[in-house]
Order: sequence, then C-alpha cells, then structure tokens
Amino acid sequence: MCAVCGCGTSTLSAHDHGREHSHAHPHGGHDHDPMDYGAGPAGLHVPGQDQARTIRIERDILAKNAEYAASNRARLRRLGTLALNIVSSPGSGKTTLLVRTIAALGARWPISVIEGDQQTSHDAERIRATGVKAVQINTGRGCHLDAHMVGHAMDHLDLPQNGLLFIENVGNLVCPAAFDLGEAHKVVVLSTTEGEDKPLKYPDMFAASDLMLLTKSDLLPHLDFDVQACRQAALRVNPRIEILTLSARTGEGLGAFADWIFARAALLCDPE
Amino acid sequence: MHEVSLMENIIGLIEDQHRLSPFSRVRSIRLELGALGPAEPDCLRFCFDAVARGTVAEGALLDIAIIPAHARCAACRRITPVQDRFDACPLCGNMERLTVAGDELRLVELEVV
Repeated sequence: MCAVCGCGTSTLSAHDHGREHSHAHPHGGHDHDPMDYGAGPAGLHVPGQDQARTIRIERDILAKNAEYAASNRARLRRLGTLALNIVSSPGSGKTTLLVRTIAALGARWPISVIEGDQQTSHDAERIRATGVKAVQINTGRGCHLDAHMVGHAMDHLDLPQNGLLFIENVGNLVCPAAFDLGEAHKVVVLSTTEGEDKPLKYPDMFAASDLMLLTKSDLLPHLDFDVQACRQAALRVNPRIEILTLSARTGEGLGAFADWIFARAALLCDPE
Repeated sequence: MHEVSLMENIIGLIEDQHRLSPFSRVRSIRLELGALGPAEPDCLRFCFDAVARGTVAEGALLDIAIIPAHARCAACRRITPVQDRFDACPLCGNMERLTVAGDELRLVELEVV
C-alpha cells in the first residue's frame, strides 16, 4: 500500500495494525514524485540489490473476450446462424419483445434464445413457453454477458443449422457495450417511457448498435415523448444506426422488425 | 461496474506473463486507457486492490495513462481531437466521424522484481 495516498505499492506501509482493509479511493491520474520510491527504475534504496525489470505486454484488455467472441462468430458462421445481441436498460420490455417477435416469425426457421440476468430463470421460462429453446445465464454480481459465457450457453443449446439466435443481454445501458459476444449485430431497445435523450446520455451503447428499436409505441399518445428528437439523438451518436418504431403489445411495427431480421439473415447466406 | 471484470482480465494477463517468465512480484502496472475507452480510471483504481489481492500483482502501483481521443471525418478525411463521441467535425461540420484513437484499454508494460 502506498503510504502517500493508499493507492499503490505495499512496500511502503504507513501503518500496520494487523487487519486487512482496502484504502482504495478515486483520484485522478496523478503520481507522487518525488515521494513514491517504487516508481523509479531502481525502486529500492539498496544499491546493487534491485533486480527490477520491465516487461512489455502491449495487449488489449478485452483481448481474451475478443478471442472467445471470434470463436463464437466463426461457429455461428459455420452454422449459418444469425445472432442478435439485444441490449437495453432494465424494464424496456426486451423479453416481451422477443416473445412477440418469435410469434411473428412463426416456425419459419429454428430460433434459440440465450437469456442473461443477474438472478432467476424467469425470462428463459417465458421464452420456453413459446416453444423455442432457451438457456438462462445468471451473471450473479456481473453486469453484462461476456463471450465466454455465451460460448458455453451455445454448447447447451446445441444450435441447429441456419437458425436464428437471440441473446438477451443483462438490462444495462452501459457495460454490455464494451463486450463483443460474437453476434452479427447489437440491437438496442429503447422504450418510449425512458426519455428521448437516452442516446446522448449513454452514447457508447447506441454507437455500438446497428439497429435501435423504439418500443412501447402504443403509449405515445399518453406521453410527452418526442420521437423525432429521439431519432435525431440516436443519429447524432451513430449516423449509421437504423431505427424502427414498434409496439410488442399491439404488434405495430413487428413485421418491419421481422423483415429486418430476414434481410440480415439473407446476407449471411450470400457471403460477398 | 464492469471495471471489476476488466480488472480481472488485466490480472489474468499478468498471471499468464508470470507463467511465461516467473518473477516474485509486480511493482508497477502501466495501462493505456482511451478518453472514450470502456472504463472509468477511478473505477479501475477503486477495484484494483480487491481484485489483485492474493495474486502476484498485489500491492503493485497502477499507472493509467489517458490517451486523448481523435477521429477522422468521413467527409473531409481530416483527423481532429474529439471531446464527445458525437461532436461534429470542427473543420467541416460533418457528423460522421470514425474514432482513430481514444477507444483503447491496453496493458502496456509491467515492472517486476
């Protein structure tokens, strides 16, 4: 533990009282020169005794996740299966949307679902009630799915050829943006009860997504939600994002979402 | 708080390195984090002690260098600094820009003894 502010090395212990605790605290990017003896190339004040060496690593922190994601993506490509990573804040209606979308797509092709939640298998049970295969991942304290979890879930699902895989991520507009799962597209769901400035407040998720579904459109007459402002906010963050408005409750716009899915799946069958 | 799992990945990479070329402990860890990168530096520092405890990285100094963000304009092709991900190109006003730096989170080097 660094004696200066408690953030660093344990070689300089300002106090020792026999019980373990953490002194970690946020502070912005400063260093402690000249008081930080551990920062220099020699480090210790014993001439000739120090064997410190520097190892260059130069690795992306998300490299391990990227390896698993690449492996998932290769497996999905071999199967000819389109995988969509559905992301949103909690309560936007992802599971209801999936239940109704599965019904709208009918039995036209084999659908599988991976459900991510911190706890419970409620969502997987709701999906299974539609007759398609679903596996639940509980992340415990984790706030997102990662590619390693999804690879194992794919093992459990025994994915068929030329299928469609929905991955319903943990409800969270922040963390899942950073984790590639091997999907073909991230689809961000924003419900009309959430406020039209969400793309500006949580830009990473909207920047990472290829499609935004503006859901609960049946509530629009009762809300002050400005659809045009929402579209502009999303396009400002991501000029390439496609936007569909729909209601899982009334079915309005579900056909357009189904068509979008078919068009993306057709691209898989027709590699450039 | 996905910084915990990012920190677990960092410790995992350090443990991989420890298996390749053994050392007794890590004195400092140098990270590069883009200004638009996938983590908050304070959150990384906050969870470091807890995640590193009991590993070869316990007690190391965590040095996080922030990489300024830059983007190339899709219209005028010029590279300019980015404050916010969704700022227009300051030179031509075009909205579509491709981030060329500032998205990274990299483990650069370790100082070990």
